[in-house]
Amino acid sequence: MLNCQSVTRLVSEAQERRLSVSEKMGLKVHLMMCSGCRNFSHQIPFLRQAMRAFAQGENEKATK
Amino acid sequence: MTFDKLKAEGVDAAVGAPSISDPELLKSLRSQMLKFAHLQLGDEQSAEDAVQEALIGALKNAAAFRGHAALKTWVFAILKNKIADSLRQKKRLGEASALMQEREEQEDLHELFNAKGFWEPDERPAAWGNPQEALHQSQFWKVFELCLEALPGQQARVFMMREYIELESDEICASVGISTSNLNVIMHRARLRLRECLENNWHQTKGQPC
Repeated sequence: MLNCQSVTRLVSEAQERRLSVSEKMGLKVHLMMCSGCRNFSHQIPFLRQAMRAFAQGENEKATK
Repeated sequence: MTFDKLKAEGVDAAVGAPSISDPELLKSLRSQMLKFAHLQLGDEQSAEDAVQEALIGALKNAAAFRGHAALKTWVFAILKNKIADSLRQKKRLGEASALMQEREEQEDLHELFNAKGFWEPDERPAAWGNPQEALHQSQFWKVFELCLEALPGQQARVFMMREYIELESDEICASVGISTSNLNVIMHRARLRLRECLENNWHQTKGQPC
């Protein structure tokens, strides 16, 4: 059973490479049971999205 | 090279733009660029060179830009390319320091996870709802930039190479002189830290329940 530290590591690595089938399975099982890691797993892809927007100058266009 | 020298070379032809030939704007832009280039390239001379080339490139085309925002974004886009080229050319510039700093950054995990590797109760990530909306909010970006600046040196450098300059992992490993596994560790730490900073300083101040 994976702990949260390993799960956050896998979630991060999923941004760099394709995870193996067994890594994906372990991840999935953990995420079903752990809301903290589930939230984390949504936030990490968002960080990349925000960095892309940042590089495009979206921060300069924001008004609100 | 200074602004005066650039002017002397007659590259401030962008009359009418808002404008890169404005000394105050150029000065502030240049210092932001130098800071970023220095972090990425590790030495002052390469940083100066990259900024220099980027500014000259930008000055030549400055007439094409209408607003300050577009100008800064454009100049940084040119700078990103110069830095990427420079990094690809000179491999392995900071191996020893990379490993040392990595050890210092091990600390992070003990604050977030308990001995068994599960979240400490007060560190457990909250739900952010629909964070995409934040990309249009200046408050979010203010916090985001502060959080990026708060990343420690090695994490900041590698994270920005990957996510801002958008180098491939193997290019980063080659130029920083680290293994793929080092890279994964550094990216993991940087993401944990950036996420936590956003949660504490942006998400929690929105007043939404967890």
